[in-house]
Amino acid sequence: MKTRQNLTGYLFISPFLIGFFLLTLFPMMQSLYFSFTDYSLLQPAQWVGTKNYMRMFTSDPTFKTSLGVTFTYVIFAVPLKLMFALLVAMLLNKNMKGMSFYRTLIYFPSIIGGSIAVAVLWKNIFGIDGFISKFLAIFGMEGIGLVSNPDTALSTLVLLQAWQFGSAMIIFLAGLKQIPKELYEASSVDGAGMIRKFFSVTLPMLSPVILFNLILGIINSFQMFTQAYVITKGGPVKSTYMYALYLYDKAFGSFQMGYASALAWVMLIIIGIATIINFTVSKYWVFYESGGDK
Amino acid sequence: MTTKEWIKQKQMNTHILLVLLSLIMIYPVIWWIGASLKTNAELSLPNIFPSVPQWSNYVNGWTAIPGHTFTKFFTNTFVIELFSVAGTVISASLIAFGFARVKFKFSNLWFSMLLMTMMIPSQVLIIPQYVIFFKLDWINTYLPIITPHFFGGGGFFVFLLVQFIRGLPRELDESATIDGCSTFGIYWHIIMPLIKPALITVAIYCFMWTWDDFFQQLLYISSVDKFTVGLALRLFMDSQSAVEWGQMLSMSLLSIIPSVVIFFLAQKYFVEGIATTGLKG
Repeated sequence: MKTRQNLTGYLFISPFLIGFFLLTLFPMMQSLYFSFTDYSLLQPAQWVGTKNYMRMFTSDPTFKTSLGVTFTYVIFAVPLKLMFALLVAMLLNKNMKGMSFYRTLIYFPSIIGGSIAVAVLWKNIFGIDGFISKFLAIFGMEGIGLVSNPDTALSTLVLLQAWQFGSAMIIFLAGLKQIPKELYEASSVDGAGMIRKFFSVTLPMLSPVILFNLILGIINSFQMFTQAYVITKGGPVKSTYMYALYLYDKAFGSFQMGYASALAWVMLIIIGIATIINFTVSKYWVFYESGGDK
Repeated sequence: MTTKEWIKQKQMNTHILLVLLSLIMIYPVIWWIGASLKTNAELSLPNIFPSVPQWSNYVNGWTAIPGHTFTKFFTNTFVIELFSVAGTVISASLIAFGFARVKFKFSNLWFSMLLMTMMIPSQVLIIPQYVIFFKLDWINTYLPIITPHFFGGGGFFVFLLVQFIRGLPRELDESATIDGCSTFGIYWHIIMPLIKPALITVAIYCFMWTWDDFFQQLLYISSVDKFTVGLALRLFMDSQSAVEWGQMLSMSLLSIIPSVVIFFLAQKYFVEGIATTGLKG
């Protein structure tokens, strides 16, 4: 009976197991191996030890540039997005008519945000002939194409990311709805104002959700590819040359797959470290209601 | 001012704020609709709608890429979608049922493995996966895009369904077993009909993510006759020296219609999907 049940269980999850071994675990091991080789798809991989990693840190300025661009992007895009998401979620968390209507409109950009279509739109709006540029011209800032200017190109991508705060907002909204009303009532009795309530009730009660959104946001932004690839192609002068873009160019542009694999593993390690830091620091600011069983 | 009036005033303020905010959020989209009907000369003007709508943007845009029309690109994308969504719904529900309802050795270990896979950046896997598909001679076919969907289509979907199935009373399974129902019978006749809302959520997300998964399409598809809408738009943008913005904006606007329609038809599933997986973890 027991064996039979085991068999049934494994039969049901077999699609996952096949996918896990063939498309996740095996590729991961192989990628690690490639990162210590010279490999170009058509020739067999040649073991070169830590050469790829050495090259990255000692003689590859583009590696540092793309890493810097990506860090800048993450540092600005993630907090901006979360702040918008939280503020709007609080506005929407009211017992009033029409809330679901507003929610739909505000969420709308998020469902189309990742598409090529929006990249086309963005490229036009912020381009040299775009309406933002013409709008700035009214104030005497003639001929500014925000996408084609190295100083501002990255901020248009940050803005595009921030425009799509919908998913984070809905997660916040669900979190806000779970905060017991009594807490607000009690703090009102104690004479707390709106700002005080926000810092003493809302923020602590919502902190696990904030952590969740923060971790997801960092992981996702770090892998940002499509928008940079389509809107700016990494330019001008590499000002939006995201790490994932560099990795793609190395792997599938010049077929340096060994080097690209090393880049991928560095990315994995950076994301891992960021997540660990997040969890460690979270002990100091995330509040768990029932002694941390969540 | 009485308290009642004060509350009313406050509500009014919130409404005004929300209307403004919604307008700001939606403004680029509205501008987009207008711009898709403009001539190039009119594009940079602040007015939303053109004086004379250029419907020809749509007609000419549809056939702008030599040799193929957007009919072809839309068909291609829908073929990928059909297989991807079907594969995900079938395999993810099987896996989720196994994790949520069958007791077997090491099930917890495998489940945590599944959750771990969600954290791995795709960049680490993409090169070896490409090598595998290259050796299978699958490059420039839809197989590298479709096949992974038949292995659960990613931890997120399985996780979502497991959460949902765990919420169903176990007595259902027990009474079905007493009636002589097999485990597969329980999955098919009892659980599947009950998790329909969750399956719809999975199907919608899968559809939209596959539609927008430009990276995979870019990587694996190289000949124009197999292009998806996304790839076609990119080709459109890159191949022109004097960019026909009106045509391009009109085609890109058309390309988001499937996602938008699905979003409005199935809005509540969306919100539920995000809220369930985001919080009940």
